[in-house]
Amino acid sequence: MFHSRFSTNTFPSWELAHPYSMLAHNGEINTLRGNISWMRAREAMLASPLFRDDIEKLLPIAREGLSDSAVLDGVLELLVRGGRSLPHAMMMLIPEAWEGNPAMSQEKKAFYAYHGCMMEPWDGPAAVMFTDGRDIGAVLDRNGLRPSRYWITRDDLVVVASEVGVLDVPPEQIVKKGRLEPGRMFLVSLEEGRIVEDDELKRRLCAERPYAAWLDEHLIELDELPAGEPAPALTGDALRRTQAAFGYSAEDLKYLLAPMAETGQEALGSMGQDAALPALSAQPQSLYAYFQQLFAQVTNPPLDAIREELVTSVKTVIGPEGNLLAEEPDSCHLVTLDSPFLTAADMAKLKGLGVEDLPVRTLDMVFPAADGPAGLDPALQALFAKADHAITEGARVLVLSDRAQSAALAPIPALLAVAGLHNHLVREKKRTRVTLLVETGDAREVHHVAALVGYGASAVCPWLALESIAGLCADGELPASIDVARAQKQYLAAVKKGVVKVMSKMGISTINSYRGAQQFECVGLSRELVDRYFTHTASRLGGIGIVEVAAELLAHHRHAHATRLPGAHPALRQGGLYQWRRDGEVHLFDPDTVFKLQHATRTGQRRIFSEYTARVNEQARHATLRGLFEFRWADAPVPLEEVEPVEAIVRRFATGAMSYGSISEEAHETLAIAMNRLGGRSNSGEGGEDPARYTPLPDGTRRASAIHQVASGRFGVTSEYLVQCTELQIKMAQGAKPGEGGQLPGNKVYPWIARVRFATAGVGLISPPPHHDIYSIEDLAQLIHDLKCANPRARISVKLVAEVGVGTVAAGVAKAKSDVVLISGHDGGTGASPLTSLKHAGAPWELGLAEAQQTLVDNGLRDRIVVQVDGQLKTGRDVVVAALLGAEEYGFATAPLVVMGCVMMRVCHLDTCPVGIATQSPRLRERFTGRAEHVMNFFRFIAEEVREHLARLGFRTLDEAIGRADLLRAGDALDDVKTRSLDLAPLFARSARAGEVSPRCVTTQDHGLEDKLDLQLIDAAAPALERAERVALTYPIRNVDRTAGTMLGSEVTRRFGAAGLPDDTIDLTFHGSAGQSFGAFIPRGVTLRLEGDGNDYVGKGLSGGRIAVRPPRAATFVPEENIVIGNVVLYGATSGEAFFRGLAGERFCVRNSGAHAVVEGVGDHGCEYMTGGRVVVLGRTGRNFAAGMSGGVAFVLAGAPGSPERAAFEGRVNRELVRLGPVTDAEDRATLRALVAKHFAATDSQPAGRLLADWEAALPRFVCVIPVEYEKARERERRLRAEQAREQAAE
Amino acid sequence: MGKPTGFLEHVRELPRRRPVEERKRDHLEIYEEMPRDKLRTQASRCMDCGIPFCHQGCPLGNLIPDWNDLVYRDRWRDALARLHATNNFPEFTGRLCPAPCEAACVLGIGDAPVTIKQVEQSIVDHGWQQGWIVPEPAAEKTGKRVAIVGSGPAGLAAAQQLARVGHAVTVYERADRVGGLLRYGIPDFKMERMQLERRLAQLEAEGVVFRTNADVGRGIDVDVLRSESDAVLLATGASRARDLDVPGRRAGEPPLHGVHLAMEYLEQENRTIAGETIPDAHRIDARGKRVIILGGGDTGADCLGTAHRQGAREVLQFELMDRPPEARGEADPWPLWPHVFRTSAAHEEGGERIYSVLTTHLTGDRGALTHLHGAQVAWSRDARGRMAPRPVPGTEFVEDCDLLLLAMGFVGPERSPLLEALGVELDLRGNVRGDARFGTNVPGVFVAGDAHRGASLIVWAIAEGRAAARAIDAQLMGSTSLPAV
Repeated sequence: MFHSRFSTNTFPSWELAHPYSMLAHNGEINTLRGNISWMRAREAMLASPLFRDDIEKLLPIAREGLSDSAVLDGVLELLVRGGRSLPHAMMMLIPEAWEGNPAMSQEKKAFYAYHGCMMEPWDGPAAVMFTDGRDIGAVLDRNGLRPSRYWITRDDLVVVASEVGVLDVPPEQIVKKGRLEPGRMFLVSLEEGRIVEDDELKRRLCAERPYAAWLDEHLIELDELPAGEPAPALTGDALRRTQAAFGYSAEDLKYLLAPMAETGQEALGSMGQDAALPALSAQPQSLYAYFQQLFAQVTNPPLDAIREELVTSVKTVIGPEGNLLAEEPDSCHLVTLDSPFLTAADMAKLKGLGVEDLPVRTLDMVFPAADGPAGLDPALQALFAKADHAITEGARVLVLSDRAQSAALAPIPALLAVAGLHNHLVREKKRTRVTLLVETGDAREVHHVAALVGYGASAVCPWLALESIAGLCADGELPASIDVARAQKQYLAAVKKGVVKVMSKMGISTINSYRGAQQFECVGLSRELVDRYFTHTASRLGGIGIVEVAAELLAHHRHAHATRLPGAHPALRQGGLYQWRRDGEVHLFDPDTVFKLQHATRTGQRRIFSEYTARVNEQARHATLRGLFEFRWADAPVPLEEVEPVEAIVRRFATGAMSYGSISEEAHETLAIAMNRLGGRSNSGEGGEDPARYTPLPDGTRRASAIHQVASGRFGVTSEYLVQCTELQIKMAQGAKPGEGGQLPGNKVYPWIARVRFATAGVGLISPPPHHDIYSIEDLAQLIHDLKCANPRARISVKLVAEVGVGTVAAGVAKAKSDVVLISGHDGGTGASPLTSLKHAGAPWELGLAEAQQTLVDNGLRDRIVVQVDGQLKTGRDVVVAALLGAEEYGFATAPLVVMGCVMMRVCHLDTCPVGIATQSPRLRERFTGRAEHVMNFFRFIAEEVREHLARLGFRTLDEAIGRADLLRAGDALDDVKTRSLDLAPLFARSARAGEVSPRCVTTQDHGLEDKLDLQLIDAAAPALERAERVALTYPIRNVDRTAGTMLGSEVTRRFGAAGLPDDTIDLTFHGSAGQSFGAFIPRGVTLRLEGDGNDYVGKGLSGGRIAVRPPRAATFVPEENIVIGNVVLYGATSGEAFFRGLAGERFCVRNSGAHAVVEGVGDHGCEYMTGGRVVVLGRTGRNFAAGMSGGVAFVLAGAPGSPERAAFEGRVNRELVRLGPVTDAEDRATLRALVAKHFAATDSQPAGRLLADWEAALPRFVCVIPVEYEKARERERRLRAEQAREQAAE
Repeated sequence: MGKPTGFLEHVRELPRRRPVEERKRDHLEIYEEMPRDKLRTQASRCMDCGIPFCHQGCPLGNLIPDWNDLVYRDRWRDALARLHATNNFPEFTGRLCPAPCEAACVLGIGDAPVTIKQVEQSIVDHGWQQGWIVPEPAAEKTGKRVAIVGSGPAGLAAAQQLARVGHAVTVYERADRVGGLLRYGIPDFKMERMQLERRLAQLEAEGVVFRTNADVGRGIDVDVLRSESDAVLLATGASRARDLDVPGRRAGEPPLHGVHLAMEYLEQENRTIAGETIPDAHRIDARGKRVIILGGGDTGADCLGTAHRQGAREVLQFELMDRPPEARGEADPWPLWPHVFRTSAAHEEGGERIYSVLTTHLTGDRGALTHLHGAQVAWSRDARGRMAPRPVPGTEFVEDCDLLLLAMGFVGPERSPLLEALGVELDLRGNVRGDARFGTNVPGVFVAGDAHRGASLIVWAIAEGRAAARAIDAQLMGSTSLPAV
């Protein structure tokens, strides 16, 4: 057992080397923080006759500061030494996704349910290999996000690895080739000398104890509890006053609660977040606002809670934990909840819990308002003491409730109480003896509830939000068809969905492992406060303490209970977060700055532009971190005329990624034209680009974007798209919604957009949260390499979003050979994003950029990578601050939109943009008045301001300024009550290696293209490349030959354009195990045949070429029972054909939008997110087939109608968007038969041969899987074509 | 959130004006009532902007998108509450405000703006009809006394705000009746007097005490007033009108009959309509006369409408400035207030507007005006770079004229014994100098409205009155829950 690591964390050391005492682990443990806390907490309960008193010597089991793998190893060893078998322990740590699996046996579910009462899952992405010397095995996490392949030879050698081809084994020696499936275990018993199959192994373990009977006896469903007596709901003035006391704003009601109650979803918003950072805001903030959600990027993937819901779970148990080392029936003596988000009635039931041994105690979260801000801290200490006392007295469930708040009693912020108590009890090792429930008026947003759970709450009843919804119903703010009960239910459903999404962003699938995982960072809270109440949470800049927190909440309380009012009740605050309001939150774009920016750039008046920047910079003093900075001007400024010219500076500017689709053709092209003229770069965004734009206009105007973006949806990513640009940008995350995919609402998917994206008009497009070819840093390195091969002339850029730890990720990106790394602020724009994500995820770019620069310099990596920054840049001052913090290129998005006429309507998602920018409606597009000249004026004005700053700093070029953070200092703005406690020094720190390492990019990455197999292929294909003559050749191939055929394909596209060459012009056959990304992006005219096996990403982005993979002719195993290609095959393919003689792994054809493929069986999530193409599966499919499939057709050989196989298949299909039926359509029938025949011809497939031998009998055994909307669109199109044909005939 | 596509489905529509011939015969408001369904359709055109420029364009910060949405949803009572949250007297502004909000409306960029003013007026009219607008007296009294001098919109707004938070408010008005310009400056055809009366009744029911014929500084001793009050608010307006300084109207010359300031004329007419009898000797009547109005602004238009109702033979309106363009120019891009050619209801009723003319002198016969002498002007930059008019040689003209009305604007507060006795400082323009909290240099004396900022819009007067009320409340009580505007 061994493991070769990529070492993302930049400093390899022996402590981090694998294997540990029992395991080696490829992946991450996303839930580590929570797992460590919970392990610490349960130490007090550990008891075992095997250890007796010696157990003390083992503590702490989970030590701080170790790697995730090391901590997992320690717990695994504890469980095994504590008496459980190795596979049993692994099943506890990394359980399958069992909750939503109807096909799983009751015994197995009981096993998982029972153990779920004892410990939360350790959530991957993880491929874990483990051994105790007697058994050796491997397990994949429930999402199966790490590849694991195995093969077994005739002489009983078993090899398990993350790739095929790592050892040379003659094909005739192999009896079996397989892969680990999500949640499945692969075990070799050395004592028994055999492989123990997952089914057998788990059946045996689950039968060891009567888990189901224990659950039946002890576990209580919420429904079984007697009804309680909920507090009477507030109405009218009392309701309004209480809302005011908890800091509700009018916006909270209108834009947050009402949509959730009406639709069961969180509302969408758009544009960037240009409002004041809560840490700087003069408006009293809720405590939640200082917390930003963490999210997964690069080192681990976010999960897809939308399309892969089956792996997520919010099931929760209420009650104390038992002894982890014992298997006792009453360890599951608990109450189980289907969802931890409770109505008042649910909460009343739990409060009245009359079950023996589960005494409940309610603790009031309030303090006397008369005590003032100083009263909060003592109140919390008293609360914790009461909790300790209650536990001593035997309480097993503690309910923290602020229902008792009144004019005299102010509510303690629920987050402070919960997190403080959680960390207090962890420290006291009492935490697992009680469950914490929260009944609070302050939580109303998804973010609030997520934070409560993330800091330890088991269940939350947001009572005031629920009562406010009743108020909205009474006011007629909701449609009359929705009654109060339904509205409240929908609100809680929206909360649930939202929290699951927040978890998913971090790559966490179950609420049990999210609870207490503390996946947040703080901006603006003092370290003392954080250390005490939010222990281990990052708060890099310090900030206000508990007294100031109390002052903010008391401001709300005072306002709410004011006695002299001009009206019947206190007016709710306007808010002004989602829309600008005059007495609301500060926004950098307000009526004045929007007007001045537009006026200045339209009329070319630098004077007015200066008024604009002066106002933005002034407002920024109360809104952004950079607003707090001041420059250390040079004693001897440089004359302005000696500073490099505007023309040199504008080349460093880019416009942000905004897709054609989110914005109109007019707006998209205007930006491209302006940037091309300036020599800067515009960015296509993730919606493809109309190929017509690759040809300049007769007057020489170039309309194509210089940067082509590759995001998780891969919309329109063809070979030509990759070739026709000078930069390829991989979007790992986006500031407005890090950890989520883009989305284009169906009302904006007009026919011309659908065409460019290879999708169906009118059907909304959602990009998957993760790139399905990037589950790790190694995968990112692979995609960078793929894209470099697809266009060796383009530089490759990786877009990240600032959060704590982004420096490490940036270093990994540099190691992965990216040419550029872009650090985006959390505040970037969007066409559509849930409000929670828009406001509460990610960090300001100042933090991310400073961290990235420092880490890159520390590790000697800065010299080879360009650092770019974006996120609400608006002025020349912003650019210079970014340069000093380490960026050499600068992106702008919102400001150029405003220049083109955007007035921050924030309705991009509605397709009603009244200025013709964020719309596809032809009628509205007529209103577009933007011009390239205006955009160019903007960038030139910015560059002018940059020059003026450089002169004052004593620099002649921007290069000199890069990384000179020592020229920044904290300014006068820090005198403010709110900001004076901030410590900006970490931002201005320079690396100790600053002198010896270049602070900017001065060299290039070595992409290792010199010894690629493709160079041979290109040479050999010269007759085809030069004269379009046929070439057929054969080569050996190994797994180190990555991305084979892609450079060759790129050459074809460069010379022959999108049309490529006639099919099979270049016909290459390979023998062996191909490396990853075999045949990625190959265009028409290139045919790759592989006799052997493929790894992951075969045919990624297939763009017209052909691929056929079959086992070696010498192999003796049955191909259709063995795996021949890996995971995520044909991801983002747009056209071409592929034939696979054997089985494929997970996510076959994910995001396929046009390729035709035949395969003999697929794993889970087949045809996910597909928008076009045809897929034939001649065998078994895994779970969740066709999830999110909105176009194309799949034909699955699933057995005769009525057969059990057929029924089983139908149960595994995700039916949300598709319908199933026989293959009746004549065109479909012809396509299916032709594809099966081609498959037979390409691979000698015996199953295909048998089907063709009696086609009439075979046909009924196929199921046609077709998206409902796609079918309708296809019918419409056919009718249209028929009409046109008739008309032509008539003429 | 209104209807996202409302603006794409409906065009701007205003209520009809009554036929010119009919309305010239009476003193009633000129608009017909708009059916409420139509109003809702109009409100649905509001786009609920991310930056509501209308809300910024409105000096009161009216929550325009909010109440448009409520009207669209047929929630009139809630709309009324939201409207009153920022505006004490929407029935006044809904009739009299030139609606800078509509000029700033985002929909106005490429389309016709939302009929904001009409929606506002309809909400409040409906509220009165339904009996929803009732006195809201303070629940508890503070025992503090506030004196407000002047009963125009600024004084009334401040009075209502202060009374509602428990102060004892007395409003001093030197005229015989309360209302200031609202009563004597605005013609009835723009706002019928009952609008004022019922609002005053509400204020009285809320505890505001009105003292008329109470000329502070003349009849009432300033020091006594100060000593009896915890705060004094000056809301005395900017009623000093700009006069014509040409031969025939110079100080020291015998005044020509038939030349009057617009306010003399309008006040007299308003009194007449209210039932007072004006002695013939003092009566200014346009019947059968050839009338010239100097000044092309709103006051000029008020004179125009009044003169027609009195039966003038012919009315000319002279304006020194050039005729404004039909559409916005580069000088006043959206969302600025556009300097464009506007046709008010009064213009629709007749008269002729003549631009770029300067009055050079007046001549008369036996002490009565007979002729106005003038010339065309051209605008060019003077030595200091400012635009200035110059008579164009050879364009001199003479017009017969029986009645000349001077509607050339206001230059500031009257130089009254009140200001002198109080000893308040004036600013360079002659307005009472106020600080950010509306305080003057005299402790306990505050200033708001036109007296503070010079002659301006009624919305500014109300906004200032509200803001000053907040400042006064904060000073008297140490804290306040009154809104900033």
